[in-house]
Amino acid sequence: MSKKGFGIITNGILSENPTFVQCIGLCPTLAVTTSVANGVGMGLAATFVLIASNAVISLLRKMVPDEVRIPIFIVVIAGFVTVIEFLMKGFAPELNKSLGIFIPLIVVNCIILARAEAFASKNGVIASALDGVGMGLGFTIALTFLGSIREIFGAGTWLGMPVVSFEPAMLIVLAPGGFIILGCCMGAFRAIQARAKGLGAAPAEAATGCGCCAMAKFCQKNKDDCEEAK
Amino acid sequence: MTMTELLLLFISSIFVHNILLSRFLGCCPFMGVSSKLKTAQGMGAAVVFVIVLASLMTWLTYNYLLVPLHLEYLYTLSFILVIAALVQFVELALKKLNPVLYKSLGIFLPLITTNCAVLGVAVLNMNEGYGLAAALVNALGSSLGFLLAISLMAGIRERIEDNEGIPVSLKGLPMALITAGLMSIAFMGFTGIIK
Repeated sequence: MSKKGFGIITNGILSENPTFVQCIGLCPTLAVTTSVANGVGMGLAATFVLIASNAVISLLRKMVPDEVRIPIFIVVIAGFVTVIEFLMKGFAPELNKSLGIFIPLIVVNCIILARAEAFASKNGVIASALDGVGMGLGFTIALTFLGSIREIFGAGTWLGMPVVSFEPAMLIVLAPGGFIILGCCMGAFRAIQARAKGLGAAPAEAATGCGCCAMAKFCQKNKDDCEEAK
Repeated sequence: MTMTELLLLFISSIFVHNILLSRFLGCCPFMGVSSKLKTAQGMGAAVVFVIVLASLMTWLTYNYLLVPLHLEYLYTLSFILVIAALVQFVELALKKLNPVLYKSLGIFLPLITTNCAVLGVAVLNMNEGYGLAAALVNALGSSLGFLLAISLMAGIRERIEDNEGIPVSLKGLPMALITAGLMSIAFMGFTGIIK
């Protein structure tokens, strides 16, 4: 059991990393990784909501009628987001200010609803909470990594400490840098994955964020795309 | 707000603070639904429709329900419920009243509930303390900015899709992200319009 639990956690960090592999939850990833502190803060806030909502949804999974499960999931998630908003206002007002509207927007972060739908609504409480830990850590690590790159090359500091001697490129901290750095990191991640599978192996199938979306099952557009592909 | 201020807000919400390229709201559909121009425009039009309606409804909810009852802290919960209910309602109404429009826009509606652009614009309106007119102008401008950016993006992606020069590991999403970065640099040029 303990081995299985460990597997659930590493699954979220590596093989199903929400940012680099599943490519979901892009908005906060792009917006808050202007510095390491912001990235870590956002990652931990999302992790808290993921663990709590996964556990509660897993508890409720047998009581919730299938037709209305999505609205119920959203209400549970929104409740925990309100809790984390209060906590951050009280204990980390600075961080709360710099993350701004992306704290309430955790509600619509696809990672959380996607895990509720794909994992918590089918598995037990402990497994679901562990899945929340794994996915949350995967998200936090990705945000910290991107935040480090952007802060070092864009502002010349790491966690506020000056680290480089060259002139930093402001553009990397601004909006365009977010897109470009994430694109390059994702490309590098895929190249490494392909290399690990052995030279000549085809790189991972290009995922579209939409296909991994929590609403994919309900989405007519997604169905049309699938039929077209066939 | 005077007429001039509203006009400035409208222009700045389309170009200067473009919802996708500078505020990073609604990136999932921006990346997921932008590989064909026609679907991108359908998605964009549906987003315009829903953002304007949702901003109206959430503004009314906040100012006439939450503020009088001193329940402002419940805004996240109530906004998302209002938006989800609204999207369901619009879907049903469109199905009955205008099947043609439903066919082109309706398929995107379930996706829009979890689109952070909709909730994001509602929360921005609240944070900025906009009146009803300003909130609606901001909603219209932001959503037209979304339509503009996603259409441009789809146009570019259609052209670069079959380019042999792109390294395999960059094909698809990574290339789309880098393209978006370059578009974002271009949009930074608009910053000077409004002081």
